Amino acid sequence: MEARIQLLAVIASGILLLMVLELVRRRRLLERYALLWLLSGVVLLVLSTFRGLLEDAAGLIGVEYPPSALFFIAFAFVLLLLLHFSVAVSRLADQSKVLAQRLALLEKRLRDVESEAVEEAPEEAERPRAAAAR
Amino acid sequence: MTAVHPLQHREMTRCLAVVPAYNEAATVGRVVRSIRDALPLFDVLVVDDGSTDTTVAEARQAGAVVLSHPYNLGIGGAVQSGFIYALENDYDYLVQIDGDGQHEPRHVADLMQEMDRHPNVDMVCGSRFLGQHFEYPSPISRRTGIHIFAFLLSRIVGQRISDPTSGFRLYNRRAISVFARDYPHDYPEVEAVLVLHHHRLRMREVPVRMYLREGGLSSITSGKSAYYMIKVMLAIFVGLFRARPVPEPGGEAPVAAEHGI
Repeated sequence: MEARIQLLAVIASGILLLMVLELVRRRRLLERYALLWLLSGVVLLVLSTFRGLLEDAAGLIGVEYPPSALFFIAFAFVLLLLLHFSVAVSRLADQSKVLAQRLALLEKRLRDVESEAVEEAPEEAERPRAAAAR
Repeated sequence: MTAVHPLQHREMTRCLAVVPAYNEAATVGRVVRSIRDALPLFDVLVVDDGSTDTTVAEARQAGAVVLSHPYNLGIGGAVQSGFIYALENDYDYLVQIDGDGQHEPRHVADLMQEMDRHPNVDMVCGSRFLGQHFEYPSPISRRTGIHIFAFLLSRIVGQRISDPTSGFRLYNRRAISVFARDYPHDYPEVEAVLVLHHHRLRMREVPVRMYLREGGLSSITSGKSAYYMIKVMLAIFVGLFRARPVPEPGGEAPVAAEHGI
């Protein structure tokens, strides 16, 4: 395996790991989503660093050229990450829907309460409303 | 007769007991009632974390104020709602008591006594592993995990911590205001100790007795334990390097508009 591509792979996975850790440190990335990134980064870093391991992995997968195994594994991780995020997005969509529905119901209840207040004390309730309308 | 704690003699000390509950219909009624018996001057807030059973009805019937989440947020979100409620309603002290019956409300007096004795302390934590005669019957794998976290945290924080995963905690106003703004998401008890440390707040532990969960489901199965440990280890590791810990008053809001990525 060429030295250059090995160096590139080590640097790239190292930078990825550092970026992920920095994002978690700055609270821009939640730990629970960072875990899979970290696992991917660590596996890729280890395989890039230890040629012997990568060659074993290449043998297992059935490729001649070890860097291909790296690409294959990296791609597999990317697919896994995308799937993970699709699941996370689905959950967020569900939660958003629930919030929207509860908000709509809450606004209705609030309007009902406000109009009751108007009925019971029309002069007092109207004054601030009229002032706001001007 | 239950000893009335000295702190409660002070006029207008507002105390809140927060009971986070997710599908704890079997135990929450009993927990709320025992809190009201043992701590008559505490207001009881049950935070219903999207329960699908009759938890809310049971809690209301037992005389608690209930906050209901539109969906499940996890223990971190539920307890934080308690902090926000305490902040907005001007409470002086908040004690967290789990809805599954593991915590004994009578021990709250011990927590308050410790806080009274050490006025510069912001959080008092009930520990299962302090007193010699208290034996907490939990599986050894769980206890080992807890001891590992305890060791790590003790080194980082610089004081002996024996039970970092205990949720049985009493907080004062300073701690309430910090955690209302920022409280960890998943399995937060361990990370919360670090947050406290970052803000230069202080904590102490007192020995308490806890019971095993009865009714409901434990949120940590043996399968999830490894994942939990890794997650918390990561949080501890990253927490060591946090230059900008948590939002300060006047600082950038925790969820701000995007500029750049």
